[in-house]
Formats: sequence, C-alpha cells, structure tokens
Amino acid sequence: MKKINSFWLIIILSIVIYGVIQYLITTGILNQFYSNTLIFIIINIILAVSLHLVIGITGQFSIGHAGFLAIGAYISAIVTMKLHLPFSLAIVMGGLVAALAGMVVGIPSLRLRGDYLAIATLGFGEIIRIVFLNIDYVGGAAGMQVSQLTTWTTSFVCLVITIIVIVNFTNSRHGRACISIRENEIAADAMGINTTYYKVTAFVIGSFFAGVAGALYAHNFYIIQPTNFTFLKSFDILIYVVLGGLGSLSGAVIAAVLLTILSTFLQSYPETRMIIYSLILIIVMLYRPKGLMGTREITDYFKSWKGTKGDNQYGK
Amino acid sequence: MEWVQQIINGISLGSIYALIALGYTMVYGIIKLINFAHGDVFMVGSFIGFYSITAWGLGFFPALLLSMVACAAFGVLIERIAYKRLRNATRIAALITAIGVSLLIEYGVIYVRGAQPEAYPDVVPNISFNLFGAQISSQSILILSVSVILMIILQLIVHKTKIGKAMRAVSHDVDAAKLMGINVDNTISATFAIGSALAGAAGVIFGVYYTKIEPLMGVIPGLKAFVAAVLGGIGIIPGAMVGGLVLGVVETVVSGLGFSLWRDAAAFIILILILIFRPSGIFGKNTREKV
Repeated sequence: MKKINSFWLIIILSIVIYGVIQYLITTGILNQFYSNTLIFIIINIILAVSLHLVIGITGQFSIGHAGFLAIGAYISAIVTMKLHLPFSLAIVMGGLVAALAGMVVGIPSLRLRGDYLAIATLGFGEIIRIVFLNIDYVGGAAGMQVSQLTTWTTSFVCLVITIIVIVNFTNSRHGRACISIRENEIAADAMGINTTYYKVTAFVIGSFFAGVAGALYAHNFYIIQPTNFTFLKSFDILIYVVLGGLGSLSGAVIAAVLLTILSTFLQSYPETRMIIYSLILIIVMLYRPKGLMGTREITDYFKSWKGTKGDNQYGK
Repeated sequence: MEWVQQIINGISLGSIYALIALGYTMVYGIIKLINFAHGDVFMVGSFIGFYSITAWGLGFFPALLLSMVACAAFGVLIERIAYKRLRNATRIAALITAIGVSLLIEYGVIYVRGAQPEAYPDVVPNISFNLFGAQISSQSILILSVSVILMIILQLIVHKTKIGKAMRAVSHDVDAAKLMGINVDNTISATFAIGSALAGAAGVIFGVYYTKIEPLMGVIPGLKAFVAAVLGGIGIIPGAMVGGLVLGVVETVVSGLGFSLWRDAAAFIILILILIFRPSGIFGKNTREKV
C-alpha cells in the first residue's frame, strides 16, 4: 500500500514539474540556454542516480562510470547517425550495450573489494575510452558528429523511468539484499544472499542507466570525443553521489542539480570552477564525511511519509 | 638490435614509474590510502626543478635536491592539512579527499601560472654511446643511476634507521606501534616526506628526459605508477621498483610493436589481470580476511 502511494506520488509530482517547465519553454520564458542547462541537469541526475545504486545502495566503489556513459553515447550515436534509426531505439540500444559491458566488467571485477575494485573499475573505464579512441569507424580522437535530438521531453521521460526503476529496485527484496551487502558483505553471504549475483545485478542496472544518460548526452552536444569520457568525468559523477550522501537517492539528485548549476555559472572560468569543486569536496569530506543527506532521503523529513522509502528503517 | 634499444628506453621510463610508485606504496602500506595527489606532487616537483633551473640558474643536481626538499615539505603539508583528520574516517571518504586534493593542486597550478606547457632546459649534456648496436644516451644512464641511488638510499632508510623501523612497525600494526611508544603521527609525516621527495626527484628526471612539462602531466604517470605499485604488491617497497620497471618495459614494447595508441590501455589491462588473478601482486602474500 505504502509502496503504491509513493509510486503515484512520484508520477503526479513529475507530471506537475514536467507541465510547468514545458509551459515555460513553449512560452519562451526559459530560453535555449536554460532549457539546455535543464537537459544537462537531467543527464547528470540520471548519472548520479545510476551510480548511487552501485555505490550508495550496494556499496561497491566504482569509479569507472564514465566508461558506460561513453558506451551509451557512442552506441546511440552509431544507431542514429550511421544506421539512421529512430532516437528512442538509440537510447534503448545505448542502455542495453552499456548494461552488457557492465556485466562483462562486473563479473570479474566485483570479486575485488574496496580500493582494488575502485582502481579496477577506473582501469576498465579508461580501457573503454582508449578502445573508442582507436576505432576509426567512430572518428577516433577527432570524435563523431551527432545531430541534436535530445529534447526536454525525452530526457525528462528517461529521468522519471530511471528514478522509478531505481526506487522500486531499492525497496524490493533485491534492493534489501544489496543494502545488506553494503552493510556487511560477509554477514550477507552467511545469511544465504548470493552476493556476487546481487552485486553484478546492481552494477548492470547502474550501467544500463549510465548508457541511457550517454545516449542523451551524445545527442545534446553535436559532437562526442573520447576526451569527454576520461576518469575526470567519472569523478564528477562520483562527486554527486558522495556529496549528496552515500545511500541517499534524493541527496544524489540534489547534489547533481546544485553542482550542475554551479558549474554552468562558472563555465567561463574553468580553473576557478575546478578549484571551487575540489575545495567543496575536501571540506565536505573533512567536516561532514557522510555527505549532505547521510543515508536519509528527503521524504524522511516529512513526518507523514516517514518509512515509505529510503533506508532509515535499515538501522542507520 | 632495436630490441635492446626499446628495453633501455623502457627501463628509463620504468625507473620514473618506480620512483613515483614507491611513494604510493609507502603511503598505502602505512595508512591504507591511495594518495591520488601523489601524481600531482610529481608535477609540482617537476615545476620546482624547472623554475630553479631557468630562473635561478641552478645545475641539475642542486635543482634535483631543491625539488626533493620542497616536495617533501609539500607532501607533509598535504598530509597535515587534508589527510590527518581522516585517520578514522571511512576508506571512501579518504579516497574522495585524495581526489579532491589532487584536483585542487592541478587547477591551483593552472590558476597561478596558466595551462601552457613548458620546455625543460637542457641541463644534462646528451651524448650517445654505442653499446651492442643500441644507442644509449647519457640521459638514460643518468636517470637510471639517480633512480638506483635513490632506491638504495630508501632501502637504507627503511631498514637501517630508527625512523625506518618505526615506519615498518606502524605499517605492520598501528595500535601496537603506538603502545610501543612510537609517535605514529610523525612517522606517517615522515613517510609522506620521503615518498613526496622521491616523486619530486622523479618530476625533475621526467622533465630532463621528456623535455615537456605541463600542469596535468602528473595524472597519467600517477595512475601508471599506481598500477606499478599494485603490480609489485602494494605496500611492498621492492615490489614497487620491480613493478615500475616491468610496466615501463611493457609499455615501450607495446609502442615498439606499433600500437602506440594502445600504450595506456596496456597498463590498465595489466592492472586488471593482476587484480583478478593475483590481487596481492608479484611479491605479495595472500592474506585471509577475518571477520
């Protein structure tokens, strides 16, 4: 019953947000610059939420997320630009191939733990980038021309689907299994949870949505180059999740929104942007290592909704 | 005879990786932190060397020493400001802070002096010797000898001095070391100082050998040095040396075979293979995790 309520709540809330912003865009109150920023925010939210599932819920420290973003971007660009198929198919294809790559990467590397897993995923992310750099079919280092197809509507639909899937996954039996792995992998194993299976599942779902975000990303920028997907991009995504609070979906969303707005305003001062970024990162880690929201969700702050979602019921 | 040439180039590159990897491995061994900022200490060392040669007219060895001393101070500063509070924090918090410090140094340097690259001055005469048909430049010999000397000094410090003994004790068991009256904070600072000094030396050597330096130059060598440290078994000093040399040789061989664009991928493929099949590295011992 409670689950159904929160589901409809998300749907109604998103329809309202969508309607208001669509109205603002069609009436021209929000110009091209702002609607582009909105799409960019949405892409970053999808990335943050997909990584949140891997790091925040399952506790697997992956810093190669830009690799899956790259796969989604390149595969979707091939589908639309080379095969001339519709954009919606390109988004799904981008996601599926990224998910497949997530499985290929995840099965061997998720045997590792902690720092080693982090470095292995970083390595995989870089390898994916170097592979694209060396394929002439997708333009190599010069990159690939992509026509702009991402609209506010498509990106918003993708965002809503992403959030619904990840919230429902988190609140399901599988999600609880993932949280138990985050809390203590050995204990989860002893309780009969197939830890490898759940870790890979979470990783594959996260990669799928990173691929979706990649498809939106590619069709929003006119050109994609391997240099867009270095590990600095992975760090950007990581920063959203960590600043928002590991284990907090709404925290990841809030951090993604705030940091994207901040970096848009500082776009003409890239050095200052990175200095502010890194200072925020260091200061938050030193003085509030749990991130802005800890493991709590924004809904936890409204009393009547307490316990409908989030993981305050899991003991933290 | 081209192979001999490639191997020699590889060893020169590898000794630079090894010098950086030593800092990674020592810091990881003692506080279990992947110090992402280490590659940037290497970059700062390279720039200190550059300015002391061009602006103050110092020779190679004074510049090397100055860079090492300044980097040691810089490393201790980083440790005291950023990492010291994180001793009891989660591993993720520490890693994120390290990434933050790394970005701060890189973009701080860009902010201060701009992103344009700099050409390193010729401070070491470049004479080529002919050995079994391979061209060996005096610079490669210099790089190799400086690295070997620094590694010998490091081994002496770690195994023969009091601070070295303290470092080994702390890396073995922090609490027991504390009970034995070892000043853990100072020991950790000393580790950072030594590791950063080696990175600074590597920076100057890198500048002399490759002649081009820029503020983001530390990122890729930093990552590769980390690969080298993992390859040799992280936390093990001879492992870092061997890992660095192996990585350097493999990279130059891959480029020599005509796959120069795949060079960076080679390092990461080695990393992943070693992590999957032998996560404790070439020299590591397998430890069982206890609940």
